[in-house]
Amino acid sequence: MEIYILLGFVLILSIYLGLELISKVPSTLHTPLMSGANAISGIALVGALVLGSDTQLQQALAFLAVMFASINVFGGYLVTNRMLKMFKKK
Amino acid sequence: MSFFENISSIQNIIYIFSSILFISGIKMLGKEDTAVRGNFLSALAMFIAVSVTFINVINPILVLVGIGIGAIIGSLIALKVKMTSIPEMVALFNGFGGLATFFIAWSEFNSIPSNNFQYILVMITTYIGGVTFSGSVIAYGKLSETLKVEKSSIITKLFTTFFYISIIYLLYSIFITKIFSPGFDFYTILLILTLLGGVGFVIPIGGGDMPVVISLLNSFSGIAAAFAGLLLLNNVLIVAGSLVGASGLILTIIMAKAMNRSIGNILFVGYASSASASKSEETGEVKPINVSDAYLILENASSVLVIPGYGMAVAQAQHVVRELGELLEANGTEVRYGIHPVAGRMPGHMNVLLAEANVPYDVLVEPEDVNPSMDTVDVAVVIGANDVVNPSATEEPGSPIYGMPIIEVHNARTVFVLKRSMSSGFAGVQNPLFFKENTRMLFGDAKESIGGLVTEFKE
Repeated sequence: MEIYILLGFVLILSIYLGLELISKVPSTLHTPLMSGANAISGIALVGALVLGSDTQLQQALAFLAVMFASINVFGGYLVTNRMLKMFKKK
Repeated sequence: MSFFENISSIQNIIYIFSSILFISGIKMLGKEDTAVRGNFLSALAMFIAVSVTFINVINPILVLVGIGIGAIIGSLIALKVKMTSIPEMVALFNGFGGLATFFIAWSEFNSIPSNNFQYILVMITTYIGGVTFSGSVIAYGKLSETLKVEKSSIITKLFTTFFYISIIYLLYSIFITKIFSPGFDFYTILLILTLLGGVGFVIPIGGGDMPVVISLLNSFSGIAAAFAGLLLLNNVLIVAGSLVGASGLILTIIMAKAMNRSIGNILFVGYASSASASKSEETGEVKPINVSDAYLILENASSVLVIPGYGMAVAQAQHVVRELGELLEANGTEVRYGIHPVAGRMPGHMNVLLAEANVPYDVLVEPEDVNPSMDTVDVAVVIGANDVVNPSATEEPGSPIYGMPIIEVHNARTVFVLKRSMSSGFAGVQNPLFFKENTRMLFGDAKESIGGLVTEFKE
């Protein structure tokens, strides 16, 4: 139980930190921020890597989780980068 | 300390380093000058976190194949997609992230959760991940306009019912199943209901409210990852997931504020029920204008404000709009673009389209910056925007959109409205702007009308 309280602490602080960090974002960056954040949510890939694989079902689930998280990671970062490159100052 | 404990501590230390990179990355992503570097930092953080986790991988070849396939599919989509299809692409990637956490939770359920808390976490992670996935797929369908469902149709009502059932069933799974073990495979039912519930969550929400939904789903995908982190006792998942959850939440709040509506109203009520309250029949004369007269007025203007909306995206008019802007500037006119936060189908939609057409971002202005000096604007050119310039929001207390911050173009000296027909906007509210003394309607396809103006200028 101890460990969950500790991790819950990390969770709450991180959310709060996120809210503070991004509270004033210019509307130009709304889409890139969303898409860049989206790429970060592909961190599920790390979780997918450590899944157990005792049964065939688990092996299949782990494989699918890795694959879909990878689409999210690669697609997300590339599309964000492509978008940001278009924004130019006068 | 055994060898394995050592590895796990080194791993955790590197996770901390990676979390710091994620945090600075997302911070830099919020500022124009540093955004590209911020995205790179967060990609680096991801690379480090994934690499260091590889030590624990049981079946490296299978994993590498999975990553390889994902990398190829993801990169192909990201590099091939047209900039106009960005909203649905973001929705789809978002859904895949949700799907990954859905599978993680499912797999963990089969590892037989060791304590009650873990058991609860499995249920919640399954639910958030699943709803993010199926909700995002529906959002993808709506944004790409491949899926068209009436709000009042039977299908919508059916799925909305599934959404409520899925919530009740989730509560049942969390609190009851562990104590009174059901005689049936309750978890499989949860998996199915979760996916149906996600469909029901998004399906009733209309096109103009999409910016809110897509930000909220973005937030969900982060929260799902964070919960998966709790489940797997993994710090970096918790930190990165929470950051995404927070950033999505901020965007959701910004969007809701820009519409002056509560998030609950957007998700569960919609415009339809409130719109019936008062509908003053607007009467008056609409004054049409043709391209050559519009050209004469524009040529003599010293300050022009362009207000793009979803109509510009549909007509793909951003490139001719930029061309017109450049010609006007060559003519000595000051050209600015008024961007409303909810114009289009996702947060920042108009900014992306204009950036694609090479419009520099420092001539884009937000409503609160341009409204005070609106009377110095000679011509406001409204291109396919409607609700975001509707003066009812400031003038008519009975109107369903009353109180929504708008771009007050009706205070400009002259207003051109480029529109296909006289139909009302997404909110279904008649727009008195069209009947104002200083408004001229330029009917037709936005791309053709602007193209006509460009030709006039060149001659």
